[in-house]
Amino acid sequence: MSVRTKTAGKTWPRSLTQVPYWAYQDEHVYRAEQEKLFHGPFWSYLCLEAELAEPGDFCATFIGEQPVLVTRDTDGQVYAFENRCAHRGALIAMADHGHARDFTCVYHAWTYNLQGDLTAVAFADGVGGKGGMPPDFCMGRHGPRKLRLAIVHGLVFGTLNNDLPDIEEYLGEEILDRIGRVLAGRQPVILGRFTQMLPNNWKLYVENVKDSYHASILHLFFTTFGINRLSQRGAIIVSPGGGHHVSYSAIDPSTAGGDEYSKQSIRSDGEYRLTDPSMLNGFSEVGDDITLQILTVFPGFVLQQIQNSVAVRQILPVGVGQTKLNWTYLGFASDTEEQRLVRLKQANLVGPAGYVSMEDGVIGGFVQRGIAGASGESATVQMGGDGYSSSESRVTEASVRGFWQVYRAAMGFEIAGKDEDAVA
Amino acid sequence: MTDSMATIARAQAAYVRAIDSDDLEAWPDFFTDPCFYQITTADNYRRGLPAGLIWADSRGMLKDRVSALREANIYERHSYRHLLGQPAVLAEETESGVRAADSETPFCVLRITGDGPTDVFASGVYVDRYLIGARGALLRRRVVVCDSSRIDTLLALPL
Repeated sequence: MSVRTKTAGKTWPRSLTQVPYWAYQDEHVYRAEQEKLFHGPFWSYLCLEAELAEPGDFCATFIGEQPVLVTRDTDGQVYAFENRCAHRGALIAMADHGHARDFTCVYHAWTYNLQGDLTAVAFADGVGGKGGMPPDFCMGRHGPRKLRLAIVHGLVFGTLNNDLPDIEEYLGEEILDRIGRVLAGRQPVILGRFTQMLPNNWKLYVENVKDSYHASILHLFFTTFGINRLSQRGAIIVSPGGGHHVSYSAIDPSTAGGDEYSKQSIRSDGEYRLTDPSMLNGFSEVGDDITLQILTVFPGFVLQQIQNSVAVRQILPVGVGQTKLNWTYLGFASDTEEQRLVRLKQANLVGPAGYVSMEDGVIGGFVQRGIAGASGESATVQMGGDGYSSSESRVTEASVRGFWQVYRAAMGFEIAGKDEDAVA
Repeated sequence: MTDSMATIARAQAAYVRAIDSDDLEAWPDFFTDPCFYQITTADNYRRGLPAGLIWADSRGMLKDRVSALREANIYERHSYRHLLGQPAVLAEETESGVRAADSETPFCVLRITGDGPTDVFASGVYVDRYLIGARGALLRRRVVVCDSSRIDTLLALPL
């Protein structure tokens, strides 16, 4: 198959500290990713269960480039299948979300139930005894591929691959616990959905999210306004296989008085001050002292808590140099009116216009433009060594290396020998 | 009493001129204090989802947005060209003894990044409530409803 032959010649550096720039540029690599990652043995985030509140609700989403429909049927269960008619391949549903009793393809009116089963074929018996499908046509053998699903604290993950473990084993206990920390036992309420189109390869955004080294350097909002986060304690957790990570910081009990969280967590006393610092008056998100938690699940899912701004991000490749980033901002049904107001104000921190995230919208593009003509060269990710283990220091690129460890194995690249490594 | 439509059109012409000519510091002055300013999308607006790309409920928050753009945030140099349609004045009433007018104005914003091409960055409608007094029309509330759900690269300058 062409995908295999075209990427077979690619050799990945032996050391995880080197990332060859062709990985962000090569059309064949991009095509192979669709097969080996997004259709491979990995769980992809699809949507929130909260987006499927009622039976009949549906949500159109993607695994990589693959369009997918996620539905809630009248039995209350969530189902997912390709958004592709079994007849000619047209989209079964065109809306991003909605409510339906069934789906009828507009092209030739082939109809599917909410579980993705083909239930009717227009003119199947022909007209006036002429035409129609052959007598041995079996609707049960035609239908979009169905996805295996897993729901984790209201997050719906799916896969087209059966050779992978249950989601709990896939995530591991530490990652699962950290998802649970933000979402367990709470009913998420969707506050807004925004899509950001990034002018770069999807992996540059994944790396950016995993890279805690850049945070205080590229994002100057907190520093400029002297917003003193007394949250020096923190760590990076990298899942044992390398693919997932959590970066978090918490108020250090030795610097915080432990009285009012809102006054202790952040304050503005720099050269520049906020005219209206009400945005900073947050609350303890789940009753602990963690003020920031960024979590990724391989290949392209992010759960963020930045103060009281809680959001999920879905990273979707749409081309070698173009990425679709879907933001879903969350509150919770248990929020008080004041807490909801804090969330709306702190949403200014994140998203395409976010005080601490707008830079991430351009930085991947700066890299994509910077590496043009340098496909034979490599990025260097040596901060914190060459491994991908958890660390109490966030001045490390361990979780970035963990991503590449999983990526290069999944893609099946040859790993360069020791001699080449010494030269490179 | 001057015509509300003319007063609003005059205020909006000055508003877009300030943004497009990089006089961002003047931008908060087009609002009352307190005020409400939000950038959202037609999809969120239709579904009644309250969050914004930018969400401010005071003139101070608008000033902070400008200070952050000037002093803190990093983005590639770019400028906008706002093209506004005529304001449709939908309702007029008195709010606490002050003339108030609700209006909607369609907009198209072109963005020029660096020396790059002129790109269509956003189209949509301003859903506004103006208070009209001796100083002309001031925005009590502006909800910027972008037609598309997609934002290209980032949204730095206000719409």
